[in-house]
Amino acid sequence: MSWAQSAFPWIGHVVANYNYWIVIVLMMTGFYVLISRGNLIKKLVGLNVFQTSVFLMYITMGKITGGTAPILGSHGEPVPGVLYSNPLPHVLILTAIVVGVATTSVGLALAVRIKEAYGTVEEDEINALDAEADS
Amino acid sequence: MREELVLRLAAKMMAPFILVFGLYVHFHGDYSPGGGFQAGVILAAAFVMLSLVFGLDAVQRALPLWFVRSCAALGVLVYAGVGFAAMALGANFLGYDALASDPEKGQHLGILLVEAGVVITVFGVMTTAFYVFADRGRRKS
Amino acid sequence: MLAAAGIGLAKLRNLFTVVMLAGVYSLLSAGLFTVMDAVDVAFTEAAVGAGISTVLFLAALVLVGHREKKPVRAPVLPLVVVIVTGAALAWGMIDLPPFGDPDNPVHHHVADHYLQESGHEIGVPNVVTAVLASYRGYDTMGEATVVFTAVVGVLLLLGRGAQGRRTGPEAGTGLSEPEAGEGGP
Repeated sequence: MSWAQSAFPWIGHVVANYNYWIVIVLMMTGFYVLISRGNLIKKLVGLNVFQTSVFLMYITMGKITGGTAPILGSHGEPVPGVLYSNPLPHVLILTAIVVGVATTSVGLALAVRIKEAYGTVEEDEINALDAEADS
Repeated sequence: MREELVLRLAAKMMAPFILVFGLYVHFHGDYSPGGGFQAGVILAAAFVMLSLVFGLDAVQRALPLWFVRSCAALGVLVYAGVGFAAMALGANFLGYDALASDPEKGQHLGILLVEAGVVITVFGVMTTAFYVFADRGRRKS
Repeated sequence: MLAAAGIGLAKLRNLFTVVMLAGVYSLLSAGLFTVMDAVDVAFTEAAVGAGISTVLFLAALVLVGHREKKPVRAPVLPLVVVIVTGAALAWGMIDLPPFGDPDNPVHHHVADHYLQESGHEIGVPNVVTAVLASYRGYDTMGEATVVFTAVVGVLLLLGRGAQGRRTGPEAGTGLSEPEAGEGGP
């Protein structure tokens, strides 16, 4: 690895920050599903993948190498010499997960209603039906 | 799914433990991982499991839709109520220090109460969403 | 592994398999969160992502059918858009501070205060709970309200009242339209 690092200094950066790269891959996977698939349920799954990648990014930012979970000693005092990871991103993401599933359920409810109204959840078929109704 | 003896027994045996674990996660959230959001989801999961095994009707007899629906609203009310209680006692909105004689005890109490509000809301929301979807599916088929 | 599961999600066309794989994906990401010290988050993700949300998706699949139609045209344009966006993000990533360094700016705004002082100010060992319920109590109240609003939306869309009063005696559970929307913030 050392020769590679001296030849391409960015490789070390890439390897050290692999978490960020996974975030990008996941985010783009979710984005791709979202924009390329016509099925509304599949779109919601893609949106969930996208969401998870954002969660992962926040948690990655909160991590400190050699740190531990932010739970202090039994009397609420930080144990000396122990490095704690940053609790703030954890709080934000914790609530975001629950809100995410609540909004996903609204999306699913909408998909169900669309299915009942149009008989399909495929985007292009819905558009065709709409165009038919307009003409 | 009426004949699945093992599933029915296992679900029946596990449900109380899941519920107790949910409460533990809530009340021990100050000391270990856990808190209102997780506890609410775990409580809801117990009822979702029961309705998957025993059918929606059996569970809704014990836990009707109007009840879980009101839970969702009640939780937010509890949360805001704690905030206003703190205000009435002379602190800022959601300033828990005033809730007990000692600020630290007040913080403990306040956190426990608002987390209880979160538990009730999340439990109500998740169970209601499941009931509504499952009910739709049942009526269609 | 997570990336593999994600790409599998994009490829599969049987939505039932996709939803199950999404559950596996959630559980995997919960494991990853544990590795990165976010035990509370992992707990939530395992309970919500792998449990409730899978059940909700399955319940919705019963209603809409589980076959996805084959895409009619090759997804060239989306692919291009995704690659360009990904490249832009990667370019941005280069400037991010190194992973896991305690000197990163995120760790020195309020996090220090939370870690050092919450012992005196709150007296609760789990800092995540302290921040969630006390320091950021307003946020959490907002989140609870959002979750509540979401379920009001679901009830309005799918509740028995949403089909009008024609259901008649069937709506004996006491659910009717104005009641379902009551109390929305």
